[in-house]
Amino acid sequence: MGVLGSPAAGGGVERASYTTKFGSLESFDKGGVELVNDDARHYAFSNVFDVASRSKPWEKVAVGKNMEYVLEVVRAEGISEWRTAAHDEFAVCLDGEVTLDLVKLDSSPLAEGSEGSVAIDGEPVGPRMGRVYLKRGHQALLPAGAAYRFTATVTGVMLIQTIAGPDTQFRWAQICQTV
Amino acid sequence: MTVSDIQVVQSEGTNAEGYHEFSLGEFTFRRDEFFVYIGWPTGNHIMSADAFLRALQRDVAWDFFYGVVNFDGVFGTVNHYGTVDIFAGRYNESYRKAELDYSENVETPQIRETFKAVLADWTNATFDPFASPHETGAAFGIKNGENISAVTRRRVAANRMVAVPGDEQIRSDASGFPVNRMFRDVDQSEPVIEVEPGYEGEVAAFSLFAYLSRSDVTWNPSVVSACKDSLFCPTTEEYILPIIHGNDRVEWFLQLSDQITWEVEDRDTGAVRSRVVMKAGDICAMPADIRHQGYSPKRSMLLVWENNSGDIPDLIASGKSPTYPIEF
Ligand SMILES: [Fe+2]
Repeated sequence: MGVLGSPAAGGGVERASYTTKFGSLESFDKGGVELVNDDARHYAFSNVFDVASRSKPWEKVAVGKNMEYVLEVVRAEGISEWRTAAHDEFAVCLDGEVTLDLVKLDSSPLAEGSEGSVAIDGEPVGPRMGRVYLKRGHQALLPAGAAYRFTATVTGVMLIQTIAGPDTQFRWAQICQTV
Repeated sequence: MTVSDIQVVQSEGTNAEGYHEFSLGEFTFRRDEFFVYIGWPTGNHIMSADAFLRALQRDVAWDFFYGVVNFDGVFGTVNHYGTVDIFAGRYNESYRKAELDYSENVETPQIRETFKAVLADWTNATFDPFASPHETGAAFGIKNGENISAVTRRRVAANRMVAVPGDEQIRSDASGFPVNRMFRDVDQSEPVIEVEPGYEGEVAAFSLFAYLSRSDVTWNPSVVSACKDSLFCPTTEEYILPIIHGNDRVEWFLQLSDQITWEVEDRDTGAVRSRVVMKAGDICAMPADIRHQGYSPKRSMLLVWENNSGDIPDLIASGKSPTYPIEF
């Protein structure tokens, strides 16, 4: 504890400074479910850094699911394949540094209204849209109809807000607290 | 019903402490220096003015949110998305057994305008119900001015994503959102973006962590990105969630920074089910048959993830969909 801060508006004395604790592949702590009268599996409790530390690069491992929607954790290491979806997706960089390249596809392999993302064979065909340099805490739009590719300049962890697709990996029993 | 049709029922004059008294259906509301008194045909209830106003602020700001907003173990609201149940003792086993529970269904605009009027009248100049106890003065005492700007903050809700042109914009010193005292160590750099001409509306990114470090409120999930009905509703948390939330669907929490402890109870009876300790990177579901209240010892960043589909409450209530999200 540092030097005491001045009294806050509410009258209590605060610390002079605070340290915000984020997790990373290198360093994370897990909490957990302390059961009184329930089943741990109902909570599907896991940790994104723990999952990514045991994943292959660019695997899309579901850590959250609500009906058709999923949250995927991706270990960002090296260069990803090109992917696309017919709806917006979002990527949050939770650790590391990742460059995002976007190309507007001349023709999408996906029907309008289809759900989830798919890999594109080879290089995407269409005009370049732009490039985004993501660091920890940054969130990017993966716009509907665009092809996207990630390049991890520093190995890290991405969180993807999307809909379950053919490449979403479900391995709840391996990643979650079960008892 | 339009807002101009709505009559908020309140006393003509103020009581000895300077506050108006209100009624909604058969429910009555009055406050004095320390307490709020809620009455209904089969009983009455007393709450700290501080706890009541913090809970009322969330109920109003979230437009009654998803499912049940318990102000405490007795009083609260249930959202039916067009109408709202206002209840006493409905999710309290003792009240139910004694048949002292009571509930009324009211049109949303009626309860919205009534609750807004109560919040405006009972919040003094010294108090901000959205702030942590370190950041605000007391809720207590006789009527002492008002804090209308605090209790009518605009609700932030991105259509596509924060920072997309035409959508919600990032926060800055200039826009009136300085970095919070407990997040001064959070990196404020924004992503570098290179956009080809014509794609300015689609190549977009922002620092979610910097955005959250500049939030001026606690326990107020607000949408930053939407994938159809999948909503990212991050929020910054400090001290205690002022309500006990009983959702009508599964919701998920991803702890982005620091730590929150959740007390989890049965949604209908209040019986203890579990305690969930979440540290940075932890993710877990809150089943649809529980209620939860969080405790955050330091201001923390929490990603609340909601499925906004209007079909879900019926699927869950009818048993067509399970109350938990995953079959192992
Ligand atoms: Fe909740």
